[in-house]
Amino acid sequence: MDDKTPPPARTMPRQSWTFSNDVNAEIRRAAATGIYDIRGGGAKRRVPHFDDLLVLGASISRYPLEGYREKCETSVTLGTRFAKKPIELKIPITIAGMSFGSLSANAKEALGRGATMAGTSTTTGDGGMTEEERGHSEKLVYQYLPSRYGMNPDDLRRADAIEIVVGQGAKPGGGGMLLGQKITDRVAAMRDLPAGIDQRSACRHPDWTGPDDLEIKILELREITGWEKPIYVKVGSARPYYDVALAVKAGADVVVLDGMQGGTAATQDVFIEHVGIPTLAMIRPAVQALEDLDVHREVQLIVSGGIRTGADVAKALALGADAVSIGTAALVALGDNDPRWEAEYQALGTTAGAYDDWHEGRDPAGITTQDPDLMKRLDPVEGGRRLKNYLGVLTLECQTIARACGHNHVHNLEPEDLCALTLEAAAMARVPLAGTDWYPGKPGF
Amino acid sequence: MDANEAYAETTVLDLAATPLREVNATLQAVSGQANHRDFVIEHPRGAHAIAVGLDGPITVTVRGSTGYYCGGMNKLATIRVEGSAGPGVAENMMSGQVIVDGDASQYAGATGHGGFLVIKGNASSRCGISMKGIDIVVHGNVGHMSAFMAQKGNLVVLGDAGEALGDSLYEARLFVRGSVKSLGADCIEKEMRPEHLAILADLLERAGADARPEEFRRYGSARTLYHFDIDNAGQY
Repeated sequence: MDDKTPPPARTMPRQSWTFSNDVNAEIRRAAATGIYDIRGGGAKRRVPHFDDLLVLGASISRYPLEGYREKCETSVTLGTRFAKKPIELKIPITIAGMSFGSLSANAKEALGRGATMAGTSTTTGDGGMTEEERGHSEKLVYQYLPSRYGMNPDDLRRADAIEIVVGQGAKPGGGGMLLGQKITDRVAAMRDLPAGIDQRSACRHPDWTGPDDLEIKILELREITGWEKPIYVKVGSARPYYDVALAVKAGADVVVLDGMQGGTAATQDVFIEHVGIPTLAMIRPAVQALEDLDVHREVQLIVSGGIRTGADVAKALALGADAVSIGTAALVALGDNDPRWEAEYQALGTTAGAYDDWHEGRDPAGITTQDPDLMKRLDPVEGGRRLKNYLGVLTLECQTIARACGHNHVHNLEPEDLCALTLEAAAMARVPLAGTDWYPGKPGF
Repeated sequence: MDANEAYAETTVLDLAATPLREVNATLQAVSGQANHRDFVIEHPRGAHAIAVGLDGPITVTVRGSTGYYCGGMNKLATIRVEGSAGPGVAENMMSGQVIVDGDASQYAGATGHGGFLVIKGNASSRCGISMKGIDIVVHGNVGHMSAFMAQKGNLVVLGDAGEALGDSLYEARLFVRGSVKSLGADCIEKEMRPEHLAILADLLERAGADARPEEFRRYGSARTLYHFDIDNAGQY
């Protein structure tokens, strides 16, 4: 072939969208190991989210409030329906349930310290209540889970509220999972399990099924605690309208609704990415259920799953939530996935920001681990301070937006303060596409 | 001695006339130092959550059948149901005793951490589900999926056991005198050693059961599901 001969015409190498490199890598991993991928965290795929909404600030048709000078309240009271002792929080942002076992004792203490300084509540998880957590949490919500690990009437009575966990957003319909690496002697003793075994807790409660039973279960818990404690019911988002309606019917004081971006300590990746619906899509149907039953604001709604900024908080409240809950963001505030540990993330075959093998107990940041040496990396006092700072910023950002919309309480934010950037977000949030007065499914069109 | 004399030193709480909240609050308020420690509940009429959350060494006799969760989360108290018990009797019991003269519905003794549950009749499905240290003696039969995910404690069945006994069992001990329709995943028959006979003898005596330990077979965990193994995937 001489220089004057043109090269033969060839097609460019073409990668398949369906069989992309990462899809093929997972096929190869599955073929090599024979086990599904287990990881922590929530859905990583891009789904319509609060970023797809914008806030309509005040101008002539509405007037704003003066920043720093005109008050914008943030307090919220949870459990006003039946409980004798509702919970009063200074901010509408709570810390979600995360177990001792999945998290270190230092991490639980840090969450308690930070939440307390910020004037809000923290929540136990699927491993019982620890002294570190109770001692450092002024307001502690005690989760009542299918496993009932460590469940006892004394802790029920010293809790400030009880959260009956039906499901979580990362895995609606799935049970708990804590692998052997993290079942230390202390974790095992709290759960009445042998140390070192893989623990898979049930996905259904052992002594009730369905809303009629749940009503009786709530009655029992109220009788045991003298009708003092607010009873929350937490569900993973799948059919929010009906699940919220049934939780109300069963007698819940508060409904906690967790979207698919909400994290978990460990479950199958296929569960996290493919089961459940986005946080943005669940709020309006949930609020609709409360309104149809005439209990919106009487039964409080807490939403969680991918809350990161004060804008997210403001938008969730504007869609009708009474409060939000954070889990993953709180861990990041403590130091999870911090680039300072990049060399160690690399050694684990990952990188800062992508580390999600929380179930393996080797967290370089010392948060999702029971390893005594790694745990020491998290100073609970410093961690608590960082969480307090972060909660403070979320609150200030939310207030900034509420004032811009002319509201003197963040609960006065409303759907009319929002518009959507995409058709999907407009349909899910039931707010107009930006610049229009229309959203898909709007009556009258 | 007529019934009135027998209850002369007891406090009678009539659920036909007194709200459940008041009945439970009365029972929950009794401390270890109280003079009046014996209570009778009349006309339970299948009410739910009777005598739950008790926290003192008192005796409660329920004169009739109960609904869901009678004796739930009991500590220290001795509760006797002179009838049958609905679902979840003595659920999550910590200590003390619950005795059911009749039959028990589903989930009897579910997640119990301690204490002693005696069922003189039969128990339904999921008896002892997720038990965490409670001892349960059933004079009759138990239904399917009994001792599912049972972690600790002893379940003694003088009659027969239904399908899938001890499915996904952890370290609880199961003793059955009659037939077992089938064993659940990871549940196997195990050797009855002298220490097991001793445990069984004590439980049978305390339960007032007319049976000899040697008549029972012991079942427990094969522990093959303790660590995930792809070859066991069919059992998950």
